[in-house]
Order: sequence, then structure tokens, then C-alpha cells
Amino acid sequence: MRRLRPETRWAYVFLLPWLIGLVIFQAGPMVASLVLSFTEYDLIGSPEFAGTANYARMAEDPKVARAIGNTVFYTLLHVPLAIALALALALVLNRITGRAAGAFRTIFYLPSMTPYVAVGVLFLFLLNGQAGMVNQFLGLFGIEGPQWTTDPDWVLPGIVVMSLWNLGSTTIILFAALRNVPRELSEAAMIDGAGTWQRFRAVTLPMISSALFFVVIINTITSLQMFDQVYTMFFGNQTAQQSYGDAALFYVVYLFQQAFQFLNMGYASALAWGLFLVIAAITLVQVKVGNRLVYYEAEERA
Amino acid sequence: MTAAEPIQATVQVAPARTGTAPPADPAGRGTKRVFFLTVLAAASVVFLYPFVWLVVASLKPRDRTFTDPFLPWPVPFRPENYAAVWDAAPMLAWLVNTVIVGVAAALAVTLSSAFVAFGFAYFRFPGRNLIFGSVLATMMLPAAVTLVPTFLIWNAAGLTGTQVPLWAGNLFGSAFYIFLLRQFLLGVPRYVFEAARVDGASYLDLFRRIALPLSRPALIIAFIFELKASWFDLMKPLIYLQDPALYTLPRGLKAVVDQFYQGGDPKWEIVLAASVVTTLPLIVIFFLGQRYFVQGIATTGRRG
Repeated sequence: MRRLRPETRWAYVFLLPWLIGLVIFQAGPMVASLVLSFTEYDLIGSPEFAGTANYARMAEDPKVARAIGNTVFYTLLHVPLAIALALALALVLNRITGRAAGAFRTIFYLPSMTPYVAVGVLFLFLLNGQAGMVNQFLGLFGIEGPQWTTDPDWVLPGIVVMSLWNLGSTTIILFAALRNVPRELSEAAMIDGAGTWQRFRAVTLPMISSALFFVVIINTITSLQMFDQVYTMFFGNQTAQQSYGDAALFYVVYLFQQAFQFLNMGYASALAWGLFLVIAAITLVQVKVGNRLVYYEAEERA
Repeated sequence: MTAAEPIQATVQVAPARTGTAPPADPAGRGTKRVFFLTVLAAASVVFLYPFVWLVVASLKPRDRTFTDPFLPWPVPFRPENYAAVWDAAPMLAWLVNTVIVGVAAALAVTLSSAFVAFGFAYFRFPGRNLIFGSVLATMMLPAAVTLVPTFLIWNAAGLTGTQVPLWAGNLFGSAFYIFLLRQFLLGVPRYVFEAARVDGASYLDLFRRIALPLSRPALIIAFIFELKASWFDLMKPLIYLQDPALYTLPRGLKAVVDQFYQGGDPKWEIVLAASVVTTLPLIVIFFLGQRYFVQGIATTGRRG
């Protein structure tokens, strides 16, 4: 065997923690969950080969269909709304000068410092159908608010409302991107007679497209994995019969229940791989589409 | 690996320039400025008022929780709720657990990620790009996918039911922080390291004496981000902890909700006060480390 140069050997010493972690906590578990997905395993016995039974069960399980439907519905509402609102806030932030912008940015980020369990608790109260603040506020305008936390038709919209309280990091990323748009470009367009909308459309938007694209991907991936807030609000040790049924059943919540409440480790692994393939596919498609839509400053320089 | 391209692009296009003064905007004066400030102030009310409501409601008696939601001070004032919450649940133990687990998780991930990042930034060796590709690839790997096997590993190690699984996985570095710290170290001129080598410093010296001190700002970003992530975590404590004495604050708060909101024994003031106790320390940490948070989010694009 070829002897490694001492420098190379040292390089691998520094990489060792990563390589060990990669095998034990990333690649190993990926393979293990793929193998487990073809077995029945309840933690007590040993895993028994079950062929594709888990995947067949997934296809037929009405709860899986419901969980996918809820998760996709939430993602399709949350991502465009969150990014539109965050972009609007960032654009306005970018138009004011001095310390004020920093102070507002801090305020917008504060909700993101609230642990998700506390967010869930807070919105259980705020969205309370009888007496919550949201419905009392709507009442000021003569609107009778829905039963956000108990009416199955309104549970998901309520969760979207809650999610829009948390725009801090998306706003910060977009604001940072806006700050880096060279003013000369916008000014040149202004001299050429471009209006506000034209300047936004033809100068600002292309210049921040990579940041915009990035927050779309990140928000999509996190939405598909929604767990903490929803689990806090609608799952756990409730003894009472819930009126909302499976209206708040998100995909990762169901995965968690299958794995750690019903101890169906094989079935949960199949669910996990389903999620992985979907997220990988979405990321790939978004990157493909993004490469066509996004303007990378770096390419121009090269 | 392709999935990570936009991250690099974001870093190139949007480096943290948060410290510099914003461009003077002639349009931002006069009536337009007043309009923009009004919009931002209105948005601020929307973002801040839920906190106000939470604190106010936690200081009122139970039968007044939902009354006068727009009154920004508690009537009648009932600070005893905060005494009651310590009796109703072991909040202090949970707070201590959260700090211990959070500091262990943050220290472990910061030091190990810096160690690995130095390896990537300083050395040139065969396979470097391939291995760095594995770092980028795992950024997109959803945690839910490895949930079950990771549990089986800790279970086989006999460590379920302890707090070890809440932080020990961090000893092997984490993709986001390795990426962040590597970017940072690539900005250190190479002759700084080479000069030390000529003076007889070992590679470990380079890491300890030069790389670590120079990357202090990035280390602080990694530390406070991970502290926050640990403080938020509900799923791992749900999976690994059975004994309430070992709970962290989020897990404890979930238990409080189950007992005093959803259960047959509604004590809303306890639930609300416990929520404030869970949240307040993080808000304080945020104000202390604000600069680093903003910088960290803008450079790594990590969702805070």
C-alpha cells in the first residue's frame, strides 16, 4: 500500500469526527432505515422480513393519505404567503435608513426566539374559538371568527396563521440580499425612466433571485417536516374525544406515532423513506427550475 | 451535492454586510418615510402583541385569562401565578436540565465542527471535494429519515432514558457549522499558518493557537445557534426521556399543557406562566447575542 504523506494523514485526523459521525449517524441510519422498511419490528422481538408489505400498507392507509393531504395543503399555503409577506417587510425595511431598520429587524425576529412548544401553547389561547384574541379582534369588525382549534375545516388555516407569526429569518435573509443590490443599477434604471414596479421586476428581483430561491427551498423542506407546534396543540395525552379528528395529522406526526407510540419500527421506516424521496425529489426539481430562473452573480464574473 | 449549490450562491451574493451603514435613500425622506415607518410599526404590533398578551394573561387570575385581550396590563394583577407554577411542576429542575443539555450540545458541536472545518480549510488531500460534498449533502437530509435507526443505536447503547442522546450526536460535527467555519477559515491568509509552521508549530497547534482564536465570531454564532436549537427541541426529549425529573423545558411545558390545558384540570394561568419561563431566557440570550444571530442567519441562511 502506498504510504500517505504525513500532511494527508493529519488531514484525515481532523476529518475523523465527521467521517465517524457520517457512518454512525447519517449514512448508516439511512441504509438501516431502508432495510428496516422491509421488515416488521416492534423492538421486543427481532426484525422479521416482510417484503414490501409496509409500502403496500402505506398506499392503502387512509391516515397516510390524510397526513400527506394536510401537509401538502399547509405547505402550499404557508410557503407563498410567508415569502410574500417576508419580502414585503424586507422591501420596506430597505427603504428606511439608519438605526430604525435594525430595531424593526430585531422586533420581526423575536417570534423566532420563542420555542415551538410555547408558540403552540400561545396560539391555542389566541386562536380559541370562543374567547381567543384573534376572534375578539375579528369581532371588532363584526366578523364572527371560526372555531380555529376545534372545527376540522379551520384547524389547518389556523396553523397557517400561527406559522405566519414566524417570518424573522426569512425576512433577515431577504433583507441582507436587498442590501447587496448595487444602488447604481437601480439608479441607472431610474434615469432610463423605469417606474418603481419596473425597477423591482427588472433589477431587484433578478439580483435577489438566488436568496429568494433559497428561502423557497428551506421553507418548503421545513414545512413538510412540521411537528413541534402541531404536536403541542393537538396531540399527546388528551383524554377527551377530539372534535377535529385527523385534521391536524401531519406526516411527521404520523411517522412519530407509528414509531414511538405503536412501536411499528418497520412501518415508520417505510414512512421515513417515503418522506426522504419526496424531499429529495422536490429539492432536485427546485434546483433544476432554479438554475433557469436564478441569476448568479458569480457566473458573470467567471 | 447539487442540492447545496444555492447555499454557496447565497453566500456569494449575500455576505453579511449588516454592520455597514445602509445606503442613503433620497426617496426615504418626507411623506414616503412616514408611510414606510407606519407600515413597519403596524407590523411590529402584530409581531410583538402576542408576547404582551402572553405575559399579561400569565399575571391574571384564571377567570380573567380571556377577558380584555387588548388591555396591555394585567387587571387584577396576580403575580402569585409564578409562585404556583414552581409548585405545580419542577420548573427549576427543567430549567437546569435545559441549560446543561444546551451547553453540552452547543460546546460539542462547536468544537468538533471547528476541528473538522480546519481540516477542510487548511489541508489539500485526495478525496477532499468528495468528503466535503458529503457535508453539503447531509444538510438536506431530513432528520425524520434517520429517526428510527438513531433511536435503535441509543437503545442498543443502553442510553435511552438518559439525556445523553440529546447532545452526544453533536460530538461529530454538524454540516451547517462545518460549512460556516470553513468559509470563515478560508478567509484567513495562508501565510499566517505557514509562518507558524516554520516556527515549528504542529498541526494541532495551528488549530488550537491560530484557527480557534481567529474564528471566534463564527464559533459564537455556532454556539448560540445550537443552544437555541437545543432549547427548542421537543422531539428528542419526547423520544428519549421518560422520567419527568430529566425533562427539558419544552418537554416539561408539553407535559404541563397535557395536564392543565387539555386534561380535565384546567389551570390556564399555570400553562401561561410556564410558557413565559420557557421563553424568557432565550429572549435574554437573543438580546445579548443579537449581532451574531443576524450575521449567522444572513451568511448561512440557516432558519433560526
